[in-house]
Amino acid sequence: MKIGLSILLTAILTENFVLCKFLGICPFLGVSKKLNTAVGMSSAVIFVMALATAVTYPINKYLLVANDLEYLQTIVFILVIAALVQLVEIILKKFMPPLYNALGIYLPLITTNCAVLGVVLLNITNEYNFAQSMINSVGAGIGFMLAMVIFSGVRSRLESCDIPKFLHGLPIVLIAASIVSLSFMGFTGLVDGIFG
Amino acid sequence: MNTIIIAVIIVSVIGLIAGLGLSIASKVFAVPVDEKAEAIRECLPGANCGACGYSGCDGYAAALSKGETTDTALCAPGGNDTAKAIGEITGLAAGEIKPMAAVVLCQGHNVNAEVKLEYQGVKSCKMATQIFGGPKECIYGCLGYGDCVAVCEYEAISICDGIARINPYMCKACKMCVKTCPKGLIEMMPLEETKAAVLCKNHDKGAITRKECKAGCIGCMKCVKACEAEAVKIVNFCASVDYEKCTGCGKCHEVCPVGAIDLVTLIKA
Repeated sequence: MKIGLSILLTAILTENFVLCKFLGICPFLGVSKKLNTAVGMSSAVIFVMALATAVTYPINKYLLVANDLEYLQTIVFILVIAALVQLVEIILKKFMPPLYNALGIYLPLITTNCAVLGVVLLNITNEYNFAQSMINSVGAGIGFMLAMVIFSGVRSRLESCDIPKFLHGLPIVLIAASIVSLSFMGFTGLVDGIFG
Repeated sequence: MNTIIIAVIIVSVIGLIAGLGLSIASKVFAVPVDEKAEAIRECLPGANCGACGYSGCDGYAAALSKGETTDTALCAPGGNDTAKAIGEITGLAAGEIKPMAAVVLCQGHNVNAEVKLEYQGVKSCKMATQIFGGPKECIYGCLGYGDCVAVCEYEAISICDGIARINPYMCKACKMCVKTCPKGLIEMMPLEETKAAVLCKNHDKGAITRKECKAGCIGCMKCVKACEAEAVKIVNFCASVDYEKCTGCGKCHEVCPVGAIDLVTLIKA
């Protein structure tokens, strides 16, 4: 229980995928313009991360490790994640067309979202068991959502600011992202302090 | 050797399962697509401007394919080519679209217009117009914060010397700017024809207008008297031209004491 909670908090705050590990920056910058698309995108990412972990963990344990094929992890996981994202896309198109249209190109881009591949690979390097892996991947997804929600707030403020002309568009967004990232660095040592 | 074969088998089996799963899912969760609407959608420009009166290009395509409308000439940005293409798909008669372009009816740039206050708020015409009608003395004129620039899908509008200017080469007549301008300064004018246009919307009395802007219409009636086609009329101290009646003779332009009337010829490349 204690370990699970510490893994969850680590994934959300101290080791936030977007703001501390700098994974999944593309959707972070692309879809964070509006709060509702940001939430929709991160829900899809949480879903894909959890599903990807649930599928890749047994594949890794019973197929790859059992046959000494650990070197295939990356390629097999990419294959599985790509298939899962396609599945999510088909389901979204059927049941939530507005969200499907709002996410646009970023939905297929979850396929190449390194945060998803990152979380399943980190589960293995950190030698988590199945439950811990699931907690870690859901936590990473929630951390992604937290970063997206916070940053969509920052960006809506940016809209009404008088920004110097040469910083219009992406430059000011990257600067704002770096400041938000700095603030997340402040969580360093938090989890060790609580559970240590 | 053995390990290579196992590796190949594992990866291909996983790929096969994933592929099968996806093809089953795409059958189970298939979304019925209206092929006619898809084909019409392909012909439309895809700007989602709403000039047709529907929610966007998808909305117009759906309405056409379902037979809710039989008018193929609603898409102004697409022009006659689009109308013809839609006509071919639907079998309806292709409508005629008169080519138009938008014009900003204001000459109150930084030299002409007097300023009454310094505005430091959000750079938006809609916001600025709520504070005493904007920073310029003339509450009818262009504020130049570019609300129209932001909505233009075709980058046809730019701000020059503090007022918006529309490039007729780029304008697709989608009327997004006409709807957006809080002062109602933007109007559609026919292309390829010379017409007189009153580049002012100031409805104040002449004496007040003179203090507000050097190029403002003072309602002196000279243009009304000069016009032989009875195309110019003055309502609330401001002239306006009926483009249907206007012959483009230029007599109103010659007599206008403030230079508020100009002969406009919008030429498309």
